[in-house]
Amino acid sequence: MYYIDPHLHMVSRTTDDYETLAKMGCVAISEPAFWAGFDRGSGESFRDYFRQLTEVEPKRAAQYGIQHFTWLCINAKEAEDVELSREVLKIIPEFLDCPNVLGIGEIGLNKNTKNEAIIFQEHMELAIAHQQQVLIHTPHLEDKYQGTRMILDMLGEHSIDRSRVLVDHVEEHTVGPVLEAGYWAGMTLYPVTKCTPSRAVDIIERHGAERLCVNSAGDWGPSKPTAVPDLVLEMRRRGHKESLIKKVVYDNPRDFFSQSKNFNLENPAQR
Amino acid sequence: MNSNEILDREFLEIRAKILEVAAALDRIERAEGDVSGDPRMGLIADAINIIASEHSDPIRAEKIQLLFSRTYDEQWRNEFSIASRS
Ligand SMILES: [Zn+2]
Repeated sequence: MYYIDPHLHMVSRTTDDYETLAKMGCVAISEPAFWAGFDRGSGESFRDYFRQLTEVEPKRAAQYGIQHFTWLCINAKEAEDVELSREVLKIIPEFLDCPNVLGIGEIGLNKNTKNEAIIFQEHMELAIAHQQQVLIHTPHLEDKYQGTRMILDMLGEHSIDRSRVLVDHVEEHTVGPVLEAGYWAGMTLYPVTKCTPSRAVDIIERHGAERLCVNSAGDWGPSKPTAVPDLVLEMRRRGHKESLIKKVVYDNPRDFFSQSKNFNLENPAQR
Repeated sequence: MNSNEILDREFLEIRAKILEVAAALDRIERAEGDVSGDPRMGLIADAINIIASEHSDPIRAEKIQLLFSRTYDEQWRNEFSIASRS
């Protein structure tokens, strides 16, 4: 089955992973800007990172017939440094017209601190000023519920079209509030700290597939870039219709991304 | 899938996961030291109670998620002295 992985950090994956993804039916990925595993020293290293996301990765992906899209921001972890964050916020607009940029992301909270909240709000203002879509990271483990609720509180203060915002890494206790508020939600299949394919399918069965996407969030940590096909298999084993599976892994991300002017997905069936 | 089919499919998985939890708790108890006062042990005990309890609405997973979550205070902006933008 053709699918889109809407959240995958390919800068920290090998070219072999692109090949495996292509063989498994992945036709497009979107890569939110993220923490590199260490704090960067200056705004300039973000400029290089944004070049990697807008110039290098699309070429690497194209070799395997995968379309590469991206989102730009300073991630929640480094957002603790307000001064550095403001430097990066000034650089982002230079890249917004690059042909693979879908919007601002993944912004959000990490430890739910004051500085993270301040920079989250400044990213939202940037997104609104430039009519950008927004992709949001929610914290992990014991911080997730509190952080997700804080993010929903802050989002509610902006007059942004809620259908252009995706709140990611939702789990059993956060998916309801996100969908009920009218935002898109993403579920991340990730060993230990996030959702498993079975639990993600449970969430689809409980909440329906409207505005719900699923991703691997593969990165430099223990993660599995091919986790989306695991979900496809689990849905099939439970007897779900192919049309429902396709909606979750292909139609939904396509529909969400289609609201961005730079999203030009080639229909794989018509290639 | 009906409940019987799901049970057929999940029984050995559930059995294996429960054994893992039991063995890990045994390992903790067998080791030197005392963690009986550690709040995490209380959380584990509460989570096991949630699993064992009967629910008219099956939301065990959601309840366990909330059990392991920090509390959310609607007034969080006050603590940070951040004004609402709306
Ligand atoms: Zn991510």
